[in-house]
Amino acid sequence: MNYMKNANFRAGVAITSFMMIVILIGLFWTPYDPNAMSGSEKFNPPGLSHPFGTDNFGRDIFSRVMQGASATFAIAAATVAIGLAGGLIIGGLTGYYGGWLDDLLMRINDSILAFPAILLALVMVAILGKGRMNIIISLGILFMPSFARIVRTEVAKQKNTDYVRNAKLMGASDIRILCVHIFPNILTVLLSSVAIGFNNAVLAEASMSYLGLGVQPPDPSLGRMLNEAQNFLTRAPWYAISAGIAIILLILGFGLLNEGLSDE
Amino acid sequence: MKYVLKKTGLLLVSLLLISVLAFLAFSVIPGDPATKILGTQYTPERAEQLREELGLNRSLVERYLSWLSDFVRGDPGTSYNYFIPVREVLSGKIQVTVALSLISWLIIVLTGLPLGVFMAKEQRPRLGRFGIVSNQVVMAVPPFFMGILLTYFFGLILKLFTPGNFPGFEESLPQTLFYLLFPALAIALPKAAGVAKMLRSSILKEMRLDYVRTAYSRGNSRWDVIKNHVLRNAMLPVITFLAMTMADAVAGSIIVEQVFALPGLGRLLLASIGNRDYPVAQCIVVMIAALVVFMNYLADIISQYVDPRVRLN
Amino acid sequence: MKRRISYLLIACLMILSLASCTRDPKPPVDPAAPGKPLDGGEITVAMYSDLDSSLDPHESGNSAATREIMFNIYEGLVKIDSEGNIIPALAESYSQSESSDEYTFKIRPGVKFHDGRQLEMADVISSLRRAAGLDSGVALVAAFSAVKEVEQIGDDSVKITLNAPDTEFLPRATAAIFPRDIDPVTQVCGTGPFKLTSRVVQDNIVLEKNEDYWGTPAYLDKVVLKVYEDGEALVMSLRSGASDMAMRLGASQIAELDSLNIIEGSNNLVQALYLNNAVKPFDDARVRQALSYAIDKQEVINLASDGYGTPIGSSMYPAFGKYFMPELTDYYTRDVDKAKALLKEAGYPNGFEFSIAVPSNMPPHIDTAQVLVEMFKEIGVSAKIELVEWATWLDEVYTQRKYQSTIVGVDARDATASDLLSRFVSTAADNFTNFNSAEFDKVYAEAKASSNDKEQTELFKDCQRVLTEEAAAVYIQDLASFVVMKKGLEGYLFYPLYITDFAAIYRTE
Repeated sequence: MNYMKNANFRAGVAITSFMMIVILIGLFWTPYDPNAMSGSEKFNPPGLSHPFGTDNFGRDIFSRVMQGASATFAIAAATVAIGLAGGLIIGGLTGYYGGWLDDLLMRINDSILAFPAILLALVMVAILGKGRMNIIISLGILFMPSFARIVRTEVAKQKNTDYVRNAKLMGASDIRILCVHIFPNILTVLLSSVAIGFNNAVLAEASMSYLGLGVQPPDPSLGRMLNEAQNFLTRAPWYAISAGIAIILLILGFGLLNEGLSDE
Repeated sequence: MKYVLKKTGLLLVSLLLISVLAFLAFSVIPGDPATKILGTQYTPERAEQLREELGLNRSLVERYLSWLSDFVRGDPGTSYNYFIPVREVLSGKIQVTVALSLISWLIIVLTGLPLGVFMAKEQRPRLGRFGIVSNQVVMAVPPFFMGILLTYFFGLILKLFTPGNFPGFEESLPQTLFYLLFPALAIALPKAAGVAKMLRSSILKEMRLDYVRTAYSRGNSRWDVIKNHVLRNAMLPVITFLAMTMADAVAGSIIVEQVFALPGLGRLLLASIGNRDYPVAQCIVVMIAALVVFMNYLADIISQYVDPRVRLN
Repeated sequence: MKRRISYLLIACLMILSLASCTRDPKPPVDPAAPGKPLDGGEITVAMYSDLDSSLDPHESGNSAATREIMFNIYEGLVKIDSEGNIIPALAESYSQSESSDEYTFKIRPGVKFHDGRQLEMADVISSLRRAAGLDSGVALVAAFSAVKEVEQIGDDSVKITLNAPDTEFLPRATAAIFPRDIDPVTQVCGTGPFKLTSRVVQDNIVLEKNEDYWGTPAYLDKVVLKVYEDGEALVMSLRSGASDMAMRLGASQIAELDSLNIIEGSNNLVQALYLNNAVKPFDDARVRQALSYAIDKQEVINLASDGYGTPIGSSMYPAFGKYFMPELTDYYTRDVDKAKALLKEAGYPNGFEFSIAVPSNMPPHIDTAQVLVEMFKEIGVSAKIELVEWATWLDEVYTQRKYQSTIVGVDARDATASDLLSRFVSTAADNFTNFNSAEFDKVYAEAKASSNDKEQTELFKDCQRVLTEEAAAVYIQDLASFVVMKKGLEGYLFYPLYITDFAAIYRTE
């Protein structure tokens, strides 16, 4: 992989793998039960027994950050998966067939892209309701247009290459051409948009949960934790800071990966 | 001229589309405004009476058309929650959001551009590297967390301002602007980092072009080349980007208003969605969306004005 | 979302009632060493939430938060004092027919509205008719749906005739009276000690002293209610001196306010895990009892509110001294084995899963819910918290009763026992828990029919006992409520209802 020569990419890989390891461990083991409360250990500052301190219920913040990061990451992954799947279908079809449907869909696509994402997300959540599943669906749908646009451009480019024409002459079906011949070729281009997609999805989940529209308590999510932590900023600043740094690391890691992938 | 006309036509279509979408969105939301208004004293008879009064019994198309025609004439209806005209509910809130967005935009321009030029011309490897890394980190900070950090350091530790104690324009203009500085920074810093980065790579790309080599060969220093030749060309994509950033600043204020307890449109929007105060929520969504679309329109017009090549596309 | 919109909003609670009369007063909490009251002055009061509804005093959707403030602006024929007694207000005297179905009020002469007009009989009649919906057909004040007729008697009296005898009607006669020609939805004009002079939505509400008040006038000239909606911001404003006072703070907030006067009171709410008695598994009393055995009320209070709060055991809070039964508080004490045994008996040896709907704008309830979830885990029951918007809560939980369980605080709208009990009658329109007990219905009906105060009190106590034994809900606590005032401000009175009386507050030297 010649990507490894790129400093951004290396840093991105390092940060993202670090977070992935933390998240993976968090799935199976956390130092404490993230939801276990203790009346005698409220608002303990960071120390040996609780590296990130404890919160208003005496819960271990480090364990909650581990769990929160995996919740946030899982939502981001599901969002990107839905967005990418939708984007491949819409972008693939419009790019391959073109015509008036292409014009229409891309026009709608562009007007959706012109809206601030947060506004759309708010309206979507107002319609669908809050909670983990709904936030995934809302964000997933919101992510489709940007993927669709990239896929469409790439598919339209590939459509006119010799090998696709050859495949057509040999009688391959359109679906086969799209899935077997075109999609594998655009995957590398898509990688960098997947990375930026993760970046945006983490930010979106964190924002929505911060506003109280995403993950609901007692499930931790990094945004949700920040929402709660803000109430205790004077008494327990470490609460907000630990959750915030975890969000930054996730976003930074994916951001750098995207940089690395898109630098030629 | 033809380009402007075409773009203007598209703008009008977009605005119409926004109004339909916003109206539809708030019409399919589950839940009945009448139950919220009646609260714990709900009876079917009273609910029916209220729906009649609010005009909720009419068909969707009828409701949309009457809402649109009132809206265009400057009357966005009556709040379901406060029972006063939406215009009155919004009064005072718009100024806060507009002021906040403007200040953040100014900060983006005033810090992002010089920073971008600086990072492009800086050739000392350590300093340049440091600039790029810290820039990248700042870009990764979500505005609401930036807001929390600013609240903590400037509000709680340095006590430069009292978090949550927004003075209001009538009370004291300088104090209000000072208070707005912090939420504006929260919105602007990550964005400014983005602008700086974009300008830097735009400059570096220009630097590889032939005319730059010619300029160098005439004995100009790197800084002179950037200042006299590269900057103008490198700015083209950035200008468009800055116009769109204005829209981002407005969107950013929705969240950051929550962090700093600012009485602006964002907070009102969240509250009115929660209260099912659709006339208010609808009005705010339409206003913000229209503003964003308009900013994009301006960006298009400006970029074709400064760079006629755009017209050919 | 609005995370911190908080405690005042606990507020948006429930409502309803009918009245019986006197009760043992809760001793008003006396601010240490009261100074000499000074007339005049202006204070800024930090509030947790906006008055998020119409200011129409008859509009029954009014949240408790709105009623708390409107108490200072509007008055009815009678009003409540801080000890829970019904005292004359716009009626200077009243009488009740032998059969308790006719009440006659003699209107006080010389009362002026905030706009300077004289209170006339026609205003009284039109306001009461509006509240009862005699002309529109729909009663705006629920308690007035029992009113059959409102008529003028002589020059200065009004007679209210009820559909059926009701000894608890007098405390209901607090429905506001306002000029007959205003639209109360958009105009605010009452007779109370304060008048509303301006309001900016989500920002502030300004009250000014009514100089022409018929009774004891307020000390303060002006009260500015500033909306914060953000716990931290509200506390900061008190610390910085930008606000002079705040009501209904939670335990976690007062920790940072020790330089101010802190007065502890209670919120006068019945906080409980309300169970939908009509859905499985909560249709089985054993399951409901098992949940009651699973929790340790004091531990909930310790974890969720630093130990402040009063545990309760039935649908009544301590401020209702006459009806409150402390012995029910410990009817269920934490006993994991017993809870598990009950679950096994009910056919859930491995526990079950259920969801708790909690209004997202009420942090005290969210905190309580989080603690309960952990406690239920130990008896093998897995509960999931589902935060819902207040509007959704009203719609789905309260109105449509499509829920499994919910945590809220229920308040009494008027000073009557039935305010807190009538909703458990199986046929009650507001029986959102679908509680269905023939025994309760019978005892409650007897209590309502009783005209002997002592007997009635005993019967109301029996009602509570049934609720506890049947575990209609998992009763938890009356939340602590703190009032914080700047040094030099005094006079805060705790009412047995969700009310703040600004007229009583004064500055000292």
